[in-house]
Amino acid sequence: MADSGVFIEPVDTGGRNKLFVARGRWVVQSAMPLDKSLSDLGKLAGGGVRLDLGQIEAMDTVGAFLLLRAAQTLDASVDNVPARFATLLEHVEKAVTKEPAHPRLRHRHFDVVGWLAHVGQVAFRVSANAIELLDFFGLVVATSLRVLIHPSRFRPVALLTQIQRNGWMALPIVGLLAFLIGVVIAYQGADQLKQFGAQILTVNLLGVGILRELGVLITAIIVAGRSGSAFTAEIGAMRVNEEVDALETLGLDPIEVLVIPRVFGLIIALPLLTFFANVMAIVGGGAMCWVALDIAPPAFLEQLKSSFYVLTFWLGVIKAPFFAFVIAMVGCHAGLHVQRSAESVGHFTTASVVRSIFLVIVIDAAFSIIFAQLHI
Amino acid sequence: MDEGDILVRVRGLVTEIGGRVLHDGIDLELKRGEVLGVVGGSGAGKSVLLRTIVGLMRPAAGTIEVFGQQMSRLSEGERRKLEGRWGVLFQDGALFSSLTVAENIDVPLKEQFGLPHHLLVEIAQLKLSLVGLAAETAALYPAELSGGMRKRAGLARALALDPALLFLDEPTAGLDPISAGDFDQLIRDLKTSLGLTVFMVTHDLDSLLAICDRVAVLIDKRLKIGTMAELMRDPHPWLQAYFHGPRGRAALADKTGAG
Repeated sequence: MADSGVFIEPVDTGGRNKLFVARGRWVVQSAMPLDKSLSDLGKLAGGGVRLDLGQIEAMDTVGAFLLLRAAQTLDASVDNVPARFATLLEHVEKAVTKEPAHPRLRHRHFDVVGWLAHVGQVAFRVSANAIELLDFFGLVVATSLRVLIHPSRFRPVALLTQIQRNGWMALPIVGLLAFLIGVVIAYQGADQLKQFGAQILTVNLLGVGILRELGVLITAIIVAGRSGSAFTAEIGAMRVNEEVDALETLGLDPIEVLVIPRVFGLIIALPLLTFFANVMAIVGGGAMCWVALDIAPPAFLEQLKSSFYVLTFWLGVIKAPFFAFVIAMVGCHAGLHVQRSAESVGHFTTASVVRSIFLVIVIDAAFSIIFAQLHI
Repeated sequence: MDEGDILVRVRGLVTEIGGRVLHDGIDLELKRGEVLGVVGGSGAGKSVLLRTIVGLMRPAAGTIEVFGQQMSRLSEGERRKLEGRWGVLFQDGALFSSLTVAENIDVPLKEQFGLPHHLLVEIAQLKLSLVGLAAETAALYPAELSGGMRKRAGLARALALDPALLFLDEPTAGLDPISAGDFDQLIRDLKTSLGLTVFMVTHDLDSLLAICDRVAVLIDKRLKIGTMAELMRDPHPWLQAYFHGPRGRAALADKTGAG
């Protein structure tokens, strides 16, 4: 494999037709130095060149291509071609002359106008996406109604599978994180309330904060990251594989088969997960109160009972089905828009998680405003 | 060259998948410059044999030598170097879906030699033209290609490093008879002009007749290797059914009819 580094040696540069000898291995491994020596030859020789190929050790398509290209640009004549390279040269020459190489290049350089145009395109795309999503929302609602009217179309096994995957199997992670959030809130709250000698109100903070807002929000965000991305990737991979098209040709409605079980599964699973998260967060907060504030569990429960109404709990959990609907819908919508490439699956999975977390927080804000207007 | 005239030498190969024995003592020699066709029923383990030889799967027993080097004894680095000397065409091309065709062809060139951009563009054009694809194809993504174009593009990528040895996994499956015939012709042309040695898994009797020097048949977990004429005389019932069934007869009649 050792290359001498010398590919072209001058022999007789006196006359009108300068003679050079080619040597070494004219193969793809040495394409770079070979390309350089050939362009140097052009500068050196100027006029008529004769190239003797008799001493070339090895040649492949790249070597042949570079030789032919140089011969063409320098208007050189090629002599003494070894018989074993003749067919190769002939074949490559045919390929080169068939296609004048002017590929359609993709522009990648930066310019201000292009950047502005890009910003505009993105803005339009965002609004187009919003309209598309609204369209999809209508489609899902219409299909759901159709399924409710014809219960025979309902797929109980698929639904239960989704509840198991997105609810049951999410219990450990949701429980652990909720527990830790409870610990953090109790600790930070106690630290601040201590200044007023009102440590006992930490329990009220926990009760209201977790039940009304944090429990459901944390659960929804975990589920958006966990299940929303899974929906997009699953359906997206099916798109890449043409499985979604196959469903349609078999007379099955992809919305009915793929989207409805996921949407309803999550609508059932997320409120249950939220309840579990609430319990775990309060257990975490209670443990912290016991350790750091010396509030024993019976006293903690007494204070908790006096601090909120059952309504507080429902005001939190009522949001869960709405979050679930948005997460599942956005996830499935993104999955169905995947193009036939692996990169596209990744792109839409990211978009799905970002969009669903964004929408969850927007809807949460909307609920806050509605509840404030209703004075509850 | 140090490896002599046998590019691939398989001795006593045994492979198992999930406890099921697929190959039980396979011996195989692939000579420089020949085209070997591997046939066998669906599920007989033709593709597994190819994948085992190129090192994608580990054999349960036996030795595999490629270019005179025993695969299992090579270090990671030596293996990478060896991989640069063969090309593999997977069944559906296995092009990287997020790269254009030209970028697909450039992947091994960039990885192995770090060539400058202008050379990459030119080499990709050359390879495309060698496999009979138009220059415009370079900027297309794999999803925008037809099945036949994907196979040609996959072949162009397999040829990127000018390998001496080419592994093809069902190169003509899923192509219409005219495209399949063109593809056979292309492989024969490339074989003569580039001096390739080809290991080809196939279902296609026409391909066998058109380009293979020898044929290896996977039956009963073993290989029977011979020329077409030898195998056609073999009394084994599967071989009889394969060559003398309606499709086999049609392909043979075609061949003799065309001269």
